[in-house]
Order: sequence, then C-alpha cells, then structure tokens
Amino acid sequence: MNFFTELSNYIIPLIIGIIMIAGVRDKIKVFDIFIKGATEGIEIVIKLMPTLIGIFFSIGMLRSSGIFDIVTRIVKPILKIIKFPPEIIPLALIRPISGSGAIGVATDLMKQYGVDSYIGNVASVIMGATETTIYTIAVYTSGLKVKKSKELLIASLSADVVGMIAAVVFCRILS
Amino acid sequence: MLNTIWPFFILISIFFSFISGNIESLNESIYSSTKSAIDVVITLIGSTALWSGLIKIVSNTRIITWITNIMNPIIDKLFPESKKNEKVRKLISMNIISNFLGIGNAATPIGLKAIDVLNKENKEKAHMSNSMMMLILINTASIQLIPTTIFAIRQSLGSNDPFRIILPVWGATIIAAYTGIVVLKNFFRKRP
Repeated sequence: MNFFTELSNYIIPLIIGIIMIAGVRDKIKVFDIFIKGATEGIEIVIKLMPTLIGIFFSIGMLRSSGIFDIVTRIVKPILKIIKFPPEIIPLALIRPISGSGAIGVATDLMKQYGVDSYIGNVASVIMGATETTIYTIAVYTSGLKVKKSKELLIASLSADVVGMIAAVVFCRILS
Repeated sequence: MLNTIWPFFILISIFFSFISGNIESLNESIYSSTKSAIDVVITLIGSTALWSGLIKIVSNTRIITWITNIMNPIIDKLFPESKKNEKVRKLISMNIISNFLGIGNAATPIGLKAIDVLNKENKEKAHMSNSMMMLILINTASIQLIPTTIFAIRQSLGSNDPFRIILPVWGATIIAAYTGIVVLKNFFRKRP
C-alpha cells in the first residue's frame, strides 16, 4: 500500500506544475488570475463561518451530552456486519442535506479522532467523493414545474451510499 | 432542512445531559465550540485561497480545451437525446468541467441554464426528460479533480500528508457516479 501513498505524493506537485506550465505557455497573467481566484476562495470561507459556528455548537453539545455513545451502542451490531465505522454515521446523515453542515461535522471528526486516523481519512474521502445531493436537486428543480422526481432521488442517493461504502473500503486499504 | 435538525440536536442534547449527568461537559462544550470553529476558519482561509487561485489559472488556460475534447464522447453517451443540440452540449460540458475543477459557483449558473434549455425541449412538462435527470444526477455526483475544500481542511488541521486521500477520493467518486448513472439508465429511463 506504500505505493499508493507514494503516488499520492507525486500527484499534487505534478498537477501544480502542469497548471504553471499551461499558464506560462498560454501567456496569461498567471499571478493576477491567481489573486482573483484566491480572493473568491477567501469569500467562500468567510461565508462559511456562521454555519461552522452553528454546527460546531450543536455537534459539540450532542457529543458532550453522551447521546452519541448510546446511539453508537445501539447501531453498532448492524454496522459491524457491513464494517461501517459508527463514528461516521452523523456525517453520512448530514452529507446529502447540507454542504457547510457536513464540512462542520467532518472537521469535527478529524479533530476528534486525528486528521490522519482511519476515521479522519474516511471522513475526508466521503467529503471529497459525494455531494450535497438533496440540496443540489432542490436547486436544479426550483425553476421547474416538476418539483419531485423519485427516480432521480433514488439514483443519486444510491450513488451516495455506494460512494460512502467505497470510501470506507478504500481507506481500509490505505491504512 | 437544518432549520428542523439543528434545534432538534440542541434540545435532545440538553435533555439527555440532564438525565445522564453530563451537564458540566455540556456547559464546557458550549463555550469551546465557538473557539474551535474560529480556529478552523482562520487556518482554512489560507489553503482555500491557494487552491481557488490555482483552479482559476486552470480555467484560463488550454487545459480547458483538452478537457472539453475528452468530454465529447462521454456527453454523447450520457445525453443521446441532445446529440444535435450544440448549445445544450456546450452548456453541459462547461457545467461538468466546472464541477470537475471544483468551481461550484461557476458550475451552478451554467447548469441551471442547461436545465432551462432542456426543459423547453421537453414535451411532457409533468415529467423530467432523461437528459434533465441525467444532468442533475451528474451534478449531485461531484466528480472532482482536486477536492480543494477537503485538502484545505486537512492542511489546516496539521495533517502529515493532506493529499494522501486523493486516490481513494477519485476511486470512490467514480464508483458512486457510475452507480448513479447505471441506476438511472437501467431502472428508470423512459423509452424514447
């Protein structure tokens, strides 16, 4: 598995290198454009701030109340069968509904269990590999007469479930 | 949706901490949660800015043209009904590329425009056409080249190797998207 870790190390520098070469060869104002994009990035994070505070607040309360332990104990036998780590459940539930909410829960998990831990990796992969499905569908159908589509919902949620299980499996290979 | 879940989480926590006697740690978490949220935001700003900047460079170079060329056969396969409509094809491929590069705020307006055009072509207004469902499905699948947000979070939390998860992310996204497409195409596709 060391090979995959090695390979991952090369991917990012390579991508950045290709971006730089393409920018210079196409004679665009690489730095000015970078600044423009970076400014947009900062705006995104600033807008995210209130949600993060709200989510950290509620998840922190949930965790310190001790209810997670109880729920985890109840669902553990079921999850054990499919080898899904119970710690991930809150993330799996919020992921299709709220993007910034999921960022909050995932960040919380990574802080709690360690960003490079198995749980931390699974949370990262789930965040990278799935989308805010229900929210996205709501945005795209908002201008249409057809508000609901059972077929679409089933197809995209099954994609999410499979993506999350795949995340768990791949992270086990990784660690 | 969070308008229901959020107060529910908070109320159930308060209620449960009363029974379980964890009231002290509950109090502590109320004060520490805001601090840790701000800590995360402060460190998140740097790496998010970096990646958004790099992605912006990509969207101004010939890399975009390469990706469009690679995209063409895929679009033919996924949107067979729109083969002749050049305008829709262009919108769809721009939407997919923006998603692919992780520029969500560029992807959504383009995607909405594409949905609008597809909706005008759709004869049965009470149901979404195959192409419309496929386009929304692809937007919920988020096939991303560089998962910038998650990199930024991992960096901000001091990961030894923030990029380690990139191969699992690619693998899981592709499997997820493929599942969605197969389910939609085989179980629900209306006969043309």
